[in-house]
Amino acid sequence: MSTTTTPATTPRPAAGDRTSATTGRIGDSPLRPDGTLKVTGEFAYSSDLWHEDMCWGVTLRSPHPHARIVAIDTTAALARPGVFAVLTAADVPGVNRTGLEHADQPALAEDVVRYQGEPVALVAADHPETARRAAAEIVVEYAVLPALTDPRRALDPDTPLLHPSHPTGNLVREVPVRRGGPVPDAPVVVSVEFEVGMQDQAFLGPESGLAVPDGEGGVDLYVATQWLHTDQQQVQRVLGIGPDAARLHLAGVGGAFGGREDLSMHVHACLLALRTGKPVKMSYSREESFFGHVHRHPAHLRYEFGADDDGTLRYGKAELTFDGGAYASSTGAVVGNGGTLGLGPYRFPVVELVARGVYTNNPPCGAMRGFGCVQAAFAHEYLMDALAERVGADPVELRARNGMREGDPNITGQTIDSAAPVAELIRRVRDMPLPGERGTDLLGLPGGVGNTTHGEGVRRGIGYSVTYKNIGFSEGFDDYSTARVRLSVTAGEPVASVHTAAAEVGQGLVSVQAQIARTELGVSRVVIEPADTAIGSAGSTSASRQTYVTGGAVRAACELVRARVLERAAGTLGVPAASLRLDGDKVVAAGGEVLAGLADVLGDSPVEETTEWRHRPTVEPDPETGQGDAHVQYAFSAHRAVVDVDVELGLVKVIALDTAQDVGKAINPDAVLGQIQGGSVQGMGLALMEEVLVTDGQVRNPSFTDYLIPTVLDTPPMRIEVLENPDPHAPYGVRGVGEPPTISSGPAVAAAIRAAAGKDLRRVPIRPEHIVS
Amino acid sequence: MHIELTVNGSPREADDVWPGESLLYVLRERLGLPGAKNACEQGECGSCTVYLDGTPVCSCLVAAGQAGGREVTTVEGLADGSGEDRDLDPVQRAFVENGAVQCGFCTPGLIVSTHDLLERNPSPSDPEIREALAGNLCRCTGYEKILDAVCSASGARMDTVRSASGARMGTVRSVDTDRTGATGDLR
Ligand code: FES
Ligand code: FES
Repeated sequence: MSTTTTPATTPRPAAGDRTSATTGRIGDSPLRPDGTLKVTGEFAYSSDLWHEDMCWGVTLRSPHPHARIVAIDTTAALARPGVFAVLTAADVPGVNRTGLEHADQPALAEDVVRYQGEPVALVAADHPETARRAAAEIVVEYAVLPALTDPRRALDPDTPLLHPSHPTGNLVREVPVRRGGPVPDAPVVVSVEFEVGMQDQAFLGPESGLAVPDGEGGVDLYVATQWLHTDQQQVQRVLGIGPDAARLHLAGVGGAFGGREDLSMHVHACLLALRTGKPVKMSYSREESFFGHVHRHPAHLRYEFGADDDGTLRYGKAELTFDGGAYASSTGAVVGNGGTLGLGPYRFPVVELVARGVYTNNPPCGAMRGFGCVQAAFAHEYLMDALAERVGADPVELRARNGMREGDPNITGQTIDSAAPVAELIRRVRDMPLPGERGTDLLGLPGGVGNTTHGEGVRRGIGYSVTYKNIGFSEGFDDYSTARVRLSVTAGEPVASVHTAAAEVGQGLVSVQAQIARTELGVSRVVIEPADTAIGSAGSTSASRQTYVTGGAVRAACELVRARVLERAAGTLGVPAASLRLDGDKVVAAGGEVLAGLADVLGDSPVEETTEWRHRPTVEPDPETGQGDAHVQYAFSAHRAVVDVDVELGLVKVIALDTAQDVGKAINPDAVLGQIQGGSVQGMGLALMEEVLVTDGQVRNPSFTDYLIPTVLDTPPMRIEVLENPDPHAPYGVRGVGEPPTISSGPAVAAAIRAAAGKDLRRVPIRPEHIVS
Repeated sequence: MHIELTVNGSPREADDVWPGESLLYVLRERLGLPGAKNACEQGECGSCTVYLDGTPVCSCLVAAGQAGGREVTTVEGLADGSGEDRDLDPVQRAFVENGAVQCGFCTPGLIVSTHDLLERNPSPSDPEIREALAGNLCRCTGYEKILDAVCSASGARMDTVRSASGARMGTVRSVDTDRTGATGDLR
């Protein structure tokens, strides 16, 4: 195992040491291949696309959270000069249903709208303003229905069903987890009812793309997404066109965080393009973006832990209710995570837990970084602090004592079969140096230059958290990725090209793929082909899985290519292939002696291989007990937050947000740090300020004026310790990196605020009024 | 409406501009300069930041008509030359080299804001940097590596100034001591 810490003592190498095109193997941090394009403004994001003769599409959305559509009159809109098409559900040629897990959502509403913002009609016009004005002229007659907006009422017997054909009524999914027999008595019992607000992914690049009809009934869609192939299938189904009649191409993605796993404008732009015969561009405004993607589920959490007098856990009981909103999206899988992982990285002899997700008329919720574990973590970490206080234990040592270790079963009975350094991670963050005393600079005080306080009512607090997350797709899903690797000669040099459908969303997968190809093929020059559906699926850029799964596929394809090249070289050289390696663009002997140039071996005959790669299978947990090996890998992280709280004004300043995380193997150490820093701040945002406010099914704050995300003034310095305990089952020993920091940072911040304010705060985000009330 | 303006040193014009169009829309959709970004179009995120007569503005808040006859510099105008041989501005180079770019959607705005900060204050302190960039949202990076990049660009600029005046070259990270947090590389 190795450990690395920032600040590091080694200075960053000069830029010349890591030019993007030709250097950087596994464990290096080469410059991003797309970095220069991104700093010069040339990188083509999905909202930057332009096509000769293109027109603009806009969406008309429902103002009501629940209503029957009585009639739609598009006459006036169609008559507006510059308008090419106005479409409603009646114009959908295929099956008017989309959805990641259940196809329960119409691409355009039919007889009923189930949330505010549901798409009802589309317009294509020569200018976005023309299209918007025409959309405003569409007359939709609604009969407003009572809206189900309290998820706790969703399963009451007298509550009307939002999807009458859904077999379990308003229950999207329920996952019970039972283990170890009846819940015993315990000398110490702590419990909490905790509430987590609805968080938004708030990626900066709006939902957008360009659909170009091919004149033969098919379409090419250039779009920002996380998973091209699931989009492709849904688009083709709604359009009623054959396989591969919709070809999807990844346009530049301005962040994702789960919010691009469901369709947004994909089908709509294609419908308009096929109807008008013109290329159609759609690009959401920020307001529309808040209605255009799913959010993180708000959750009600009832937890109870029983323990011995010394704080050793005897049992965990929990009931988690996730508000899925109007359509299922990935609620089922979120509930799966909330259930199977809901008690955190601790050893519980007895477990009785149920997680459920329900339909309501609130905004649909689905994937966001941390996926079901974020919500649960606030409750289990609250209780670990409560337990420590009750038994008079140190909160860090209490966590360390109860923390999972390698070889332990988790609450679904799955043995953790690689490192589970819970105790080490939490002790590491405790042992990091603490920030100095509060200065007098206003910027360092809660409220900052707002000059709201000079420090009289400011108290400092420290909070801890340790959490874990499954990596990759779980519960028996056939989780694989496809890679094509080709070695050929260009301008006398060997070049490896790598083609996958994996979505680069900012995390740096393009660098990682090139690093793997350089490592496996010993070449300097690697080209990453644009991601599209011309190759098989790579699965989603989610669940922290791409370095693991697409990385695994790229490695496997490289191995096949390498074997063929060495075979060929062995024939020419008259030596066994097993004695040869590729290195430095050469074929070399075991001892490193150069035997041939790789370019000479390849000559005019490139070598190409395409392969699918899958991780170990998982199983669906038992429907009664939740037991089973549901997940393929677990990733652990811990945070310590230090905050200053003005207890009179309710203002919070996070002074430090320090973390330790086990990443298995840092394929690209700089990118690992970037993920941990960005992920930590998103978790902090949920604890402090980020909430989509919904009243009676209406979103009250769909803008960056009213939905606040952390700015550079809100963001503390972060000390990061990265552990590398390789997972022997994963390629190179990697462990997913992206999500864990978002899970453990928020509960640490919330705990630090509770400590500073001396208040029993049981909801996030914690707003000033909660602190002063 | 017809408008004429100077963009990145060249005279440009656009016809049939609807009066409600912003400078951002004209740059992106009419002049083929999508570098300035459209993350909010409400003046809240800074992704659309460009220079207007030398002052950084949110171009989404500037009506296209207001920009008539004026000089605009976008992120596309900061590097010298074009193509492979182009010479990146030190701020652009620092963002690439310090890992300050993930999805990159915030990057053009941050680069213009940083460029402006360093024009006014060649070696800003950590609080000064934070204050100057408070209007630029980034959702991916947690800002740490952006701060690294600004410090590094500031050092690089000072180096350029120093070497031009014959003084000894400093190290790129010499001004980094103001930063209290993690700034180092992981290796
Ligand atoms: S797009 Fe102009 S400030 Fe956000
Ligand atoms: S890098 Fe994605 S928003 Fe800043």
